[in-house]
Amino acid sequence: MRMKNINLIFYGCLFIAGLMAPWLGIYPVYLMTLYCYAIFACAFNLMLGYSGMLSFGHAAYFGFSSYITAHLITVYSCSTVVAILAGMLTSCLLGLVIGFIAIRRSGIYFAMITLALSQLVYFVCLQASFTGGENGIQGVVRGDLIGLVSLKDDLTMYYFVFFVFVLVFLFIQRVINSPFGQVLKAIRENETRACSLGYFVDRQKLLVFVISSTLAGLAGSIKSVVLGFATLSDVLQSTSGEVILMTMLGGAGTFFGPVLGAGIVVTLQDTLSDKVGSWVTVIIGAIFVLCVMAFRKGIVGEVLAYLNRQKEKSNPSTSL
Amino acid sequence: MSDIFGIPTQVILGQLLLGLLNGSFYAMLSLGLAVIFGLLGVVNFAHGAFYMLGAYATWFLWGRFGINYWVALLLAPMVVGVLGIGLERIFLKHLYKIDPLYGLLLTFGLSLIAEGILRELFGSSGQSYPVPDLLKGAVDVGFMILPIYRVWVIVASLSVCFLTWYLIERTRLGSNLRAATENPKLVQAFGINVPRMVMLTYGAGVALAAFAGVLSAPIIQVSPLMGSSLVIVVFAVVVIGGMGSILGAILSGLSLGVIEGFTKVLYPEASNIVVFVIMAIVLCWRPSGLFGKD
Repeated sequence: MRMKNINLIFYGCLFIAGLMAPWLGIYPVYLMTLYCYAIFACAFNLMLGYSGMLSFGHAAYFGFSSYITAHLITVYSCSTVVAILAGMLTSCLLGLVIGFIAIRRSGIYFAMITLALSQLVYFVCLQASFTGGENGIQGVVRGDLIGLVSLKDDLTMYYFVFFVFVLVFLFIQRVINSPFGQVLKAIRENETRACSLGYFVDRQKLLVFVISSTLAGLAGSIKSVVLGFATLSDVLQSTSGEVILMTMLGGAGTFFGPVLGAGIVVTLQDTLSDKVGSWVTVIIGAIFVLCVMAFRKGIVGEVLAYLNRQKEKSNPSTSL
Repeated sequence: MSDIFGIPTQVILGQLLLGLLNGSFYAMLSLGLAVIFGLLGVVNFAHGAFYMLGAYATWFLWGRFGINYWVALLLAPMVVGVLGIGLERIFLKHLYKIDPLYGLLLTFGLSLIAEGILRELFGSSGQSYPVPDLLKGAVDVGFMILPIYRVWVIVASLSVCFLTWYLIERTRLGSNLRAATENPKLVQAFGINVPRMVMLTYGAGVALAAFAGVLSAPIIQVSPLMGSSLVIVVFAVVVIGGMGSILGAILSGLSLGVIEGFTKVLYPEASNIVVFVIMAIVLCWRPSGLFGKD
């Protein structure tokens, strides 16, 4: 009961901080990018953290839907919300197709298959005419929110992105705490047992795959609206690597971990990229190595484990 | 010259040769990947990086020390192999008992580090390396013109593939290796030093990738990113072939290279993606791969 209160206070403070952030002199575009990656990482965490499926190709949904949104806005002057929803729908369908193929294998094969199929999506984006090839799509106009308020102002756009992020965060929390979420955890722990208990394991896996890819697509769509362009780099394998890193660094299988991880990685790239050049890749690689070798639970995971140990020490009788 | 489906035979044969060339690279790399996976249970994402390092070592040895191609052909794989052994001792050996996904993530991190360092040292543009004098030029065999270097690459890589297959399937050392793949504890109990064998296997697999890198140096631009896109295709090849079998890795590597070559003739836009499409089809039809056992 007390843990729940602490959680509530923690998230309440964060929510207020999020509402106040643009007034504290933090650059809104930086924060919006951060929220996009946080949505992306939370979506990814749904698979890696709660279902034990390592997808190495999440950039496909993120990047492809950003192209769709950018294309709809620039060529057909669609309204922002419609374009974002269309991007989500596209990545939902893409996730359905790729997921259908990929869930035939599990573990490392699953990782390799998702990687290969996302490379396929990359080549399609490289060669298709609507994506603008190497140049990408420029000049995505922000438009307005269903005719009510204009999103051109950074501040209005900021609150829009912030509320989408909060909604996604709550949605993921709801999914994990639902019976479906419990089945996912059961599959992660022991797939054969979950199967023998009568669950259609493949159906559950495909469902979580589609939810995750749809939300990754949402993140990509919003990102293209925020920044005003869609580029090839969002479909690249390195973006798939980044989202894995964000999730692992923050803590896979924790609610707040991916958000923290996204914050760290985005900040790192933002501050370092113009100062150290290629060393950013080296630093990202080194963090990967460090995560795998030293703290596999991630930052939030290790903190939670430490708190649990403390609790057991002070109160051994109630520990399980 | 006669035509087949309106395409000149010259063009088809040329692409067939190119396909075999690419295929022999796929074969060498997927072979090393399969051997490493078999014994270590690690999908070596850094395989592409080691291939790239092999090419860079060749280029560097020539440019800095004037060491020629033939010496580099031996020296570069050895240097990279020793590097691989070092990395296995420092990092990989701690990961054998946990989920194989961590091995994949670790080697992904290592390949990022390698790419970043080389980009910082030598820039991201490609470096060119001359074809060795002995293999320069081309021969006219009547129906087509064969560039000697390309033929040499195909012959050399097929010989290396055959040698590896022979070593694993037909020798005492190979039978130890296969036994250790099945049951490392039992093999250890028979007095064979399994950890050392694992270490050397990783070194050998990595050296094989570097050997492929040396072979590729004169025909492609040596650049930091040359391995990272190749390794994804090789993953697809491995998924198609099934990781269990050595021969499967070689055969699927070669044949996918050839199919890719033909696609370039018939429908060039799809040549980049044909391997992935085939992978998707194979997965729907035979999820464990064409030669897979599980």
